[in-house]
Amino acid sequence: MKHFCIAAGAALASVIAAVVPAAAWQPTKSVEFVVTSGPGGGTDNFARIVQSIIAKHKLIEQPVVVLNKGGGSGAEGYIYGKGAKGDAHKVVFGTNNAYLLPYVAKLGYKLSDLTPVSALALDEFLIWVKGDAPFSDAKAYIEAAKAKPGSFKMAGSQSKDTDQTLTAMIQEATGAKWIYVPFQGGGAAATQLAGGHVDSNTNNPNENIGQWKAGQVKPLCVFSPVRLAKSDPIHDGKGWGDIPTCKEAGLPLEAFQMPRTVWLPAEVPADAVAYYADVMEKVSKTPEWAEFIARTAQTARFMKGKELTEFVAKDEAANAKVFKNEGWVVN
Amino acid sequence: MENFASLLHGFEVALTAHHIALMFAGVLLGILVGVLPGLGAPNGVSLMLPLTFAMDPVSAIILLTSLYWGALFGGSTTSILFNIPGEPSSVATTFDGHPMAKQGRATEALSFAFLSAGIGAMAGVILITLLSGWVARFALKFSSPEYFAVYFMTFASFVGLGGASPLKTIVSMAMGFAFASIGMDSVSGNVRLTYEFDVLLAGVSFLIAVIGLFGLGELLQTMEEGLRFDGVKAKVRPRDVLATALKLPRYWLALLRSSIIGIWMGITPGGPTAASFMSYAMAKRSSRNPEKFGKGEPEGVISPETADHAAGSAAMLPMLALGIPGSATAAVMMGGLMIWGLNPGPMLFVERPDFVWGLIASMYLGNVVAVIVVLATVPLFASILRIPFSIIGPVIVVVCFIGAYTVGNKQFDIWLALAFGIVGYLFKKLDYPIAPLVLAMVIGDKAEDAFRQSMIFSQGSLSIFWSNPLVASLMAIGLALLLFPLIGSTRRGIRKLVTARAAKA
Repeated sequence: MKHFCIAAGAALASVIAAVVPAAAWQPTKSVEFVVTSGPGGGTDNFARIVQSIIAKHKLIEQPVVVLNKGGGSGAEGYIYGKGAKGDAHKVVFGTNNAYLLPYVAKLGYKLSDLTPVSALALDEFLIWVKGDAPFSDAKAYIEAAKAKPGSFKMAGSQSKDTDQTLTAMIQEATGAKWIYVPFQGGGAAATQLAGGHVDSNTNNPNENIGQWKAGQVKPLCVFSPVRLAKSDPIHDGKGWGDIPTCKEAGLPLEAFQMPRTVWLPAEVPADAVAYYADVMEKVSKTPEWAEFIARTAQTARFMKGKELTEFVAKDEAANAKVFKNEGWVVN
Repeated sequence: MENFASLLHGFEVALTAHHIALMFAGVLLGILVGVLPGLGAPNGVSLMLPLTFAMDPVSAIILLTSLYWGALFGGSTTSILFNIPGEPSSVATTFDGHPMAKQGRATEALSFAFLSAGIGAMAGVILITLLSGWVARFALKFSSPEYFAVYFMTFASFVGLGGASPLKTIVSMAMGFAFASIGMDSVSGNVRLTYEFDVLLAGVSFLIAVIGLFGLGELLQTMEEGLRFDGVKAKVRPRDVLATALKLPRYWLALLRSSIIGIWMGITPGGPTAASFMSYAMAKRSSRNPEKFGKGEPEGVISPETADHAAGSAAMLPMLALGIPGSATAAVMMGGLMIWGLNPGPMLFVERPDFVWGLIASMYLGNVVAVIVVLATVPLFASILRIPFSIIGPVIVVVCFIGAYTVGNKQFDIWLALAFGIVGYLFKKLDYPIAPLVLAMVIGDKAEDAFRQSMIFSQGSLSIFWSNPLVASLMAIGLALLLFPLIGSTRRGIRKLVTARAAKA
């Protein structure tokens, strides 16, 4: 009986939906959220939070299943998306790696194999040093690194990925030189810094917050055009909003942020893209999402349509320049 | 003492009817996912994760960790009964556990495995209770060279083990390293050995290899030997479980040694897999009759199981205190922690003592619950072997292929498992050991990453492996483990030569 009621309700909803032209497309079977990272990774948390919000507010009538395809730095998930051409029941979650991976590795997909749906947030990058390091601001640290080129170590997650790109950008902008050490993920980069095995890392706020709370690491500046949103104090009376931007700190560097993106396979109906963009927009307006953004100190920014494609084009160009300078481009 | 008071408070949090019910549910579900190869603990935990969003964090983590314990026990069950390790860390259990089952001693093997696993887990939890603060600081001392040294120790303890010819061991290990290097390389960011096949991009999952090498390979051999398990004749009596339990104190030395190895590998982040292999190797070396190992020696079941579970529970500490997940399952749980609004890291103990100590208390209770539940199921599982092979054989094949598909939802993996099955069969026919291949596949890429990170740290100088007392002593132990058997055999060789000459003269 209950099932019948739900079915009847869904039927009624689709009748209403048919009258309202904005939601002409509806999923007719369970929807797969394809995650381009392993379980526990940043993209995994992103997709699972979205899943939990959709479930709580019943934003999608059909069940949503999360599937991890994080092989090849996430390429596995995008290639899976390519294979699902025309299937609007597969939604791929990622970052800017969707359009940057094909530059640095020979992979079986191109950006044109995916349809952009939306971006929900920008994850931030900071320069972190050890809690008891003698540097009080970014300028002092950069000067110290410049004075002894090739002796300071920068930890990051993976190779030819955001952390190493940012390190290359800082080197280009300041003339300092680091030994970049790639680790499996931001968590390892955080503990390596807390243990004093490296001199700094460029972790996202969420990856270092545990160590910052304990005073094992401290942030010097954030690569964001404006300061982060105010928060409760985290360590020593300072919160996210008290960290200066790197521009304020005297680093001649444009902002560096990583979008949290949502994609569909190629050749899906335009209505389906609009449907998911609408669902994601609703997700981005829930209190649970606001809470997630505040807790992980990301910047909430919903983008879709033209705004998103322009952002992608600009971000792609900025990163591609670094890839060319560093000689990472493979094709 | 402060820890003890916190623990009592934790028991207050964990000991409610609701939580105990969750533990039972978690353990039973865990056994189910553990018994199906491929659908291991990480899959089980991620399937359950959405259900926990609405729970409070303590209940949620109790459910997930109980599921994890259950899956570990379930993994040992299939290792013993069908030679299919459900989890990487139960591979070493197959070496003696499966021969025991074939000899009709399945009940004994299962009971030994579960009881010693319970003891190992207890040892790990007691350590967490007593030393939480110290261990968290100690683990911070570990950087890439130390990681490499720990992996090196594990490999060294295995090469020197003997059994098969050292050359065959090395060939098998080298193949494992090659398989482990397929896919994206995190140090260089390049794709390796995929030959532009998209399906190889994610690498070859260890689980696929294990399903093929052990499960299917074993089946092929059983078919050749006349389509039967010798276990069929065995009687399964519930009181055999008790009889086995009474025999356990005899193995106190093995239990103690394996607990220590397990705890050590759990807090130096070597992990349960390395721990179980190393413990097995050590048991064989120190045994008075090493030739019995591999043919159904109870100590060969007890040692890896104890170390596996000791390491598994001890490894929860680095996860909570440092935010480094020690295993795939821990990674999923950490994702859960973040969704529930907790930040794993050094401050978790200070900010949410109710959560941390509730979890630790639940580890005591959960393991007791798990041991009781699995012991009760031993007769049931052992009777599976009484089903005629012509029925159970095809079922195992189906389960293996479903398992292979579940790992990554890829059809290609089914073919891969079949190919590994043929390799496993050939290895057995040609007397090549499979274990080194599996070991190299599981920790080979981690060892490689750690080595290359060390080389980046030192800008290419090997002296980094002697640069501080910690890494130097780890390397020294590793080298000793590698060289001692060699010295022993050379000495024996020389003595033989000398006596031969003396005889001539």
